Amino acid sequence: MASQSQSLLQVRDLNVSFQTYAGQVKAVRGVSFDVGVQETLAIVGESGCGKTVTSKAVMRLLDRSGGKIKEGSQILFQGQDLLALRKKELNQIRGNKISMIFQDSMTSLNPTMTVGKQIMENILTHKKIPKAEARQWAKELLELVEIPNPEMRLKQYPHQLSGGMRQRVMIAIALALTPALLIADEPTTALDVTIQAQLMDLLASLKERFHMSVILVTHDLGIVADFADKVQVMYAGTIVERGSVEEIFDNPRHPYTWALLSSIPGRAQASKSKLYSLQGAPPDLLLDLQQCPFAPRCRYCMPVCKKAIPSQTQLSESHAAACWLLHPMAPAVQAPAGIGGTAHA
Amino acid sequence: MTKFIVKRIFYMLAVLFCVVTITFFLVHSIPGDPISSMVEDLPLETRDLYLEKYGFDQPIFLQYIKFIKQLAAGDLGQSLRYPGRRVVDIVKNYAPVSGMIGGLSLLIGFAAGIVLGIVAALKRNQWSDRVIMVLALLGTTIPTFVVAAVLQYALTVTYPLFPTTGFGTAKHLVLPVACMCVGPLSSYARYMRSSVLDVTGQDFILTAEAKGVSQFRIVTRHLFRNSFLPCVTMICTSVAGIFSGSFIIESIFAIPGLGKYFISAINDRDYSVVLGLNIIFTGVYILSVLISDILLAMIDPRIRLTDEA
Repeated sequence: MASQSQSLLQVRDLNVSFQTYAGQVKAVRGVSFDVGVQETLAIVGESGCGKTVTSKAVMRLLDRSGGKIKEGSQILFQGQDLLALRKKELNQIRGNKISMIFQDSMTSLNPTMTVGKQIMENILTHKKIPKAEARQWAKELLELVEIPNPEMRLKQYPHQLSGGMRQRVMIAIALALTPALLIADEPTTALDVTIQAQLMDLLASLKERFHMSVILVTHDLGIVADFADKVQVMYAGTIVERGSVEEIFDNPRHPYTWALLSSIPGRAQASKSKLYSLQGAPPDLLLDLQQCPFAPRCRYCMPVCKKAIPSQTQLSESHAAACWLLHPMAPAVQAPAGIGGTAHA
Repeated sequence: MTKFIVKRIFYMLAVLFCVVTITFFLVHSIPGDPISSMVEDLPLETRDLYLEKYGFDQPIFLQYIKFIKQLAAGDLGQSLRYPGRRVVDIVKNYAPVSGMIGGLSLLIGFAAGIVLGIVAALKRNQWSDRVIMVLALLGTTIPTFVVAAVLQYALTVTYPLFPTTGFGTAKHLVLPVACMCVGPLSSYARYMRSSVLDVTGQDFILTAEAKGVSQFRIVTRHLFRNSFLPCVTMICTSVAGIFSGSFIIESIFAIPGLGKYFISAINDRDYSVVLGLNIIFTGVYILSVLISDILLAMIDPRIRLTDEA
C-alpha cells in the first residue's frame, strides 16, 4: 500500500497530563509513533485511553481544555518541531498542513455562522485571495464532498443540515487547503451505520486523491480494517500493541487487542453465541503505573503482570506488543476462538 | 414573520387585558378609598357625595365595565387626587425624567458589564477576573439605597462635587445614574462571564483553532456573538423597567420621576393613575419582550419566527 520510507510525523515520548482538583491525570504516557507520507494510522482503544488526547496534542489543541504536554515530549512534522513553534507559526500549520475533523459535527460547527463562511474562513486565514474567489473555492469543496446543491448549502446554517452532511462540511473545511496530514477524531461515531459507511468511503477516496496521510482515531475496529495501513492499540495512555493492519487483524498478540477484536459484532464469535464484552474499567489515570495497566481485567493475568510493567516486544519490523505473555518464559496461551495467533513467541 | 408579529400583538393585547383586570380588582380591594385617604374627618354626607360623583358607590363590577368602556375609547382617565390632571399628561411629564436616568444607567451598565464580563472570562482565574467578580458580587448584593447614601455623603457632603438632590443639569444626573447602573452592571458582568466561558468550552471554538484562526478573530467572530445571545433577552426585559423608574433612587435624590409618582398614587388610592400607569408599564414590557424575540431571531439563525411560536 503506502510507502513507509518517508516519515511525515514523528512523535516521541509524548506525555500529556491534566491538572484537576483530584490531582494530575496522566492521560498520555510516553507514546511514540510515526506516520509516513500517504500512510494511514489508526489509533484504537476504548473511551479514556488517551487516543483523542494524543491526536489533539499533535495540533497542540489542548490548551483550552487544560492539558499540558510535558517537557521532553517531541512532535516533529516535516522535520519541524511543533512544540517549539510560536502561536503564530503554529497557526500557519493548523488548517493548512495539518487539519482535523472532530467527532460531533453538531457542536463542531459554529451555529451562528453560515456553512459557506466557515469554509471560507479556513481558506482566507491562509490565503490572501478575494472573497468571491474563496466563495467559489468553498462551493467546489462542497461538490468535492458530494453535497448536492452546494450554492444553496453555502448560505445555510449548520442546524439546517443533516448530521452526515455536517460531517461532510467538516471534511470540506479540513481539506480546503489539501493538508499533508488529516487527523480524524472518531469522524463517524455520531452518525448512523449507513451514513458511516458512505463517509468512510468518501474519506478513503479523498485520501487517495490528495495523497494525504491520515490519523484515524476510533474505538470501532470494524472501520479500521479497510481504511488504515497500520494500527496502534492504546490502553491507559500507553500503546499496548502496534502493527500493520494485517498483523493486528490476523495475528494479534495482546490480550487487550483480542478483547477489542472479540467485541466486533459478527466478526469473532460464532453466529449464535453472545457478543463478547470486556468486564471492568480502565485504571485510574491519576495514579502512576506500577504494573501492566491491563492486568486487572486480563483473563491471562500472571503474578508478574501485577509486579512490573511489560516492555515492548518487537515481533517484526512493524509489529510490537507490550505483554508479559510474549516473554520467553511465559506459558503458551491460545487466543480466543476466531482470533488468529497465539501469544507465545 | 409579519404573521408572527401580528399574532404576537394579538397575544399582547390579551395579556394586557388580563393585567388590567387583575390590577383593577387588586387596587379596589385595598382598604380605603381616594377621598378618605385625602381628608380624614370629612362629614359622612360629603364623603358619600364625592363617592357618588366618581361612581364608587356602584357595585365593583359595574365600575369595572365602565372603566373598560372608557379604556376602549382610548381614555386613561384623570387623576382623582389632582382633578384635571390627565394620566396621559402625567406620563408625558414624568416618563422622560425616569426614562433618561433609567436609560442612561441601563446603557452604561449593559455596555460596561458586557465588557467586564468578557475581560473576566478571558482572564479566567487571574487577578483581573477575581477583582471583577468580587466587585460584581458586591454590586449585586449591596442594596441600591446603601450605594446611594454612601455616594451622596461622599460626593456631596465630604467632597461637594455634585448637587445633593434635584434634577435639571447634567451634574444632577451623575449620582443617580451611577447608583442605578451598579445593579445591571454587576449582573451583566457575571452573566456575560459565564456565557463566554460556556461558549469557550464548545467544540466549534476548537474547530476554529484547528483552522489556524487567530485568537483575536476567535474572540470577535466566534465567541462574542454566541455568548451575547443570552444577554439580549436580559436587556430587553430590563428596558421595561426604565420608565417605571426606581422609586428608591427617585426618592433619595428627589427626582420628579414616574417611579415616585406611581408609589404615591398607590398610597393615595388614586385608582385611575395606578391603573393607567400600570397599563403603560405593561405595554412597554410586552413590547420589549416582542422586540427581544425579533432581535434574537435576527442574531441567532436557529431561532425562526414561525406561526407556531
